[in-house]
Amino acid sequence: MTFWLHLIILGLLGSLAGALWRVWVGPAQADRMMAAQLIGTTGIGVLVLLAVLQDWAALTVALALALLAAMAAIGFVKAASSDGAGDPEECAPGPTDARDGQR
Amino acid sequence: MPEGLADIATIVLTGIGLVFFLAGTVGLIRFPDVFSRLHALTKADNLGLGFIVLGAGFQADDWTQLAKLGLIWALALLAAGTVAQLVARAALRQEGRE
Repeated sequence: MTFWLHLIILGLLGSLAGALWRVWVGPAQADRMMAAQLIGTTGIGVLVLLAVLQDWAALTVALALALLAAMAAIGFVKAASSDGAGDPEECAPGPTDARDGQR
Repeated sequence: MPEGLADIATIVLTGIGLVFFLAGTVGLIRFPDVFSRLHALTKADNLGLGFIVLGAGFQADDWTQLAKLGLIWALALLAAGTVAQLVARAALRQEGRE
């Protein structure tokens, strides 16, 4: 049983290696960001399995990683475009913008 | 729920979870453009994580661990959904500008 879980963890780390390869090659910035998101998800999977193997202490760490993985992508989106990538509240008023109703 | 059955369930479920994770990673590597990669990555990995969490749930001793596992998966789903939308929108903007 524990051998199987170790095997699964190794498989997850293999999937992590695939993500790192994408980070290395990824033509667009968005590809690298996706790989970072994959690393976060794989990390959560590994931590959950480690929690099963040990005394369930790693479960809180997995929870924390689940929360923080999204923050990196949000940081990337905010960095990609200062006005928040089409954030309705902040972006310049365009033709389709019905915010104030006059148009 | 005899001990053996829980172990078998964990083994099967974590195996399926790993298969979906590898499918997501192969999709991330092989797909031609940004959006299909994003699509493959977000869906396959969260399903893989769901199966792994389900497999781990069979080993849980008391319900607080089950609640935490469920919370982890729910948060991962929420995070992946919003992140996929945001990254796709950012990628669309960048492509439009290039």
